[in-house]
Amino acid sequence: MTGTPSPVAATEPVQDEPVVPAIPETPVRKFNINFGPQHPAAHGVLRLVLELDGEIVERVDPHIGLLHRGTEKLMEARTYLQNIPYFDRLDYVAPMNQEHAFCLAIEKLLGVEVPIRGQIIRVLYSEIGRILNHLLNVTTQAMDVGALTPPLWGFEEREKLMVFYERACGARLHSNYFRPGGVHQDLPPELVEDIDTWAKAFPKICDDIEGLITDNRIFKQRNVDIGVVSKDEAISWGFSGVMVRGSGIAWDLRRNQPYENYNDFEFDIPLGKNGDCYDRYLCRMQEMRESTKIIRQACEMLRKTHGPVLSEDNKVAPPRRAEMKRSMEALIHHFKLYTEGFKTPAGEVYACVEAPKGEFGVFVVSDGTNKPYRCKIRAPGFPHLAAMDWMNRGHQLADVSAILGSLDIVFGEIDR
Amino acid sequence: MSEALELLGQDIVARAPGVLGHSVAFGELTIVARAASVIDTLTFLRDDAACRFHQLIDLTGVDYPERAARFDVVYHLLSLVKNHRIRLKVSTDEDTPVPSVTPVFPVADWFEREAFDMYGIFFDGHPDLRRILTDYGFHGHPLRKDFPMTGYVEVRYDDELKRVVYEPVKITEFRAFDFLSPWEGAKYALPGDEKAQ
Repeated sequence: MTGTPSPVAATEPVQDEPVVPAIPETPVRKFNINFGPQHPAAHGVLRLVLELDGEIVERVDPHIGLLHRGTEKLMEARTYLQNIPYFDRLDYVAPMNQEHAFCLAIEKLLGVEVPIRGQIIRVLYSEIGRILNHLLNVTTQAMDVGALTPPLWGFEEREKLMVFYERACGARLHSNYFRPGGVHQDLPPELVEDIDTWAKAFPKICDDIEGLITDNRIFKQRNVDIGVVSKDEAISWGFSGVMVRGSGIAWDLRRNQPYENYNDFEFDIPLGKNGDCYDRYLCRMQEMRESTKIIRQACEMLRKTHGPVLSEDNKVAPPRRAEMKRSMEALIHHFKLYTEGFKTPAGEVYACVEAPKGEFGVFVVSDGTNKPYRCKIRAPGFPHLAAMDWMNRGHQLADVSAILGSLDIVFGEIDR
Repeated sequence: MSEALELLGQDIVARAPGVLGHSVAFGELTIVARAASVIDTLTFLRDDAACRFHQLIDLTGVDYPERAARFDVVYHLLSLVKNHRIRLKVSTDEDTPVPSVTPVFPVADWFEREAFDMYGIFFDGHPDLRRILTDYGFHGHPLRKDFPMTGYVEVRYDDELKRVVYEPVKITEFRAFDFLSPWEGAKYALPGDEKAQ
């Protein structure tokens, strides 16, 4: 039994009031508890070692790596094209956004241009990915603080979006759809219409979910003024995405360092004021509405814009299947691409996208062969989780799960 | 864009402490610096009015086993104010520690732990240099080029012992296919080619 009685017990009684006998202070032992790795609020396999003084958190030591698969090592032994599926398995909540960063890095190395229709499709699916991610995060954040209905409502919509993924690339989760030079296949016109129809109806769903959560008394009690991040802290701790915007810093790579044709779209960047868990929730909610706007604009553009979706440069992108039936050269290109793969010029590039969780970056070191010499994946969740310690200090034990929920953690990308 | 980066690079080389050189490639500015003075260099990059690189986006290692100083430590910085990026590289070997940059950028804490875990690069002055991603009790540094892809141990649940056991890996060969065209790039002679000599 360690610890000293706190000085509170020794305060002088106020003169006029009857003297209340001081409750004898029991020396309290500090507790070390394990939060996870099998805890539903740990959002995967996170083991937090919490040091508690009563119910107050004094130190948090996150133990990560329980989902470490050695992606970066594996990538060094595979060609660029074979590596794209690994990116679906990083942040498995919004797979195409990660592929996007890797494709941008390869395109930067090779100097390949993406056709405009390919760019629009990429934007469309990146925004679908953003909604997929925010739907999961917002609703499970509500679940972490006790609400059970929002995830059920949110997952219904996610299911529809997964179907759009499936109709574009054949897989609900591990899409492997973005390729260096564009996207793998064109979208059928009916799919574009269906996405547009869905996007028309989605703001109503947002209203419903917001009606459940936004003004909910319990949700506010659990989130307002919890896990406050100041602007300076957000910058020095390497935060990105909603974590900086929630603190009021107007920074979004889609606007500040635009890639693809994001400049052709009209959308706003929602900002928080207080930098607490509640503001981050509001930002995500609003971002979904902005993404819906982008999706509708992209559908409109896709109706008007026709043409290739993949670069015509057959040294990088495979020729179309029909062409291979007639052209010997196309057949050779196809064979070479899927065995040897393309070679990139030697050098180093860093490419990043505004993934739903923040800045997702890929640093590729190429030695001029068909495989990356080194590929470092910069996951936005990694610095966010690193901040768990100071964000939680002085909070109650119950706030840990609220803060963790608002950080938007997925272990696929953090552990890699 | 590239001209502006070139000018910024020249400016940094002229004024920043410990900088050895700069280059602009693929529209990105890279600065090479001395490992011993990396804290001064990064503090300059963070505080100088022309740079304002307030955010450490990424820190990682790269292994070049054929070099004497086999590791590169690569820092990626971002300026939200000036809206530009920079890459800083320092090199070190297996024994020489690099000064930890946690006093300049607190986020470096976990990034340096990861670089230590993956490459065995030591960071001098790091508050808590533990392994981060690998298993408890792991040996070796997996991202080094001389670390085998399969690793050394494999894990399974033993039903008789009722616990997880670690055993040496049984896979004898990792299937690394050589798809490089022998006519361009491959460094070996094709079977039969020796007769042509």
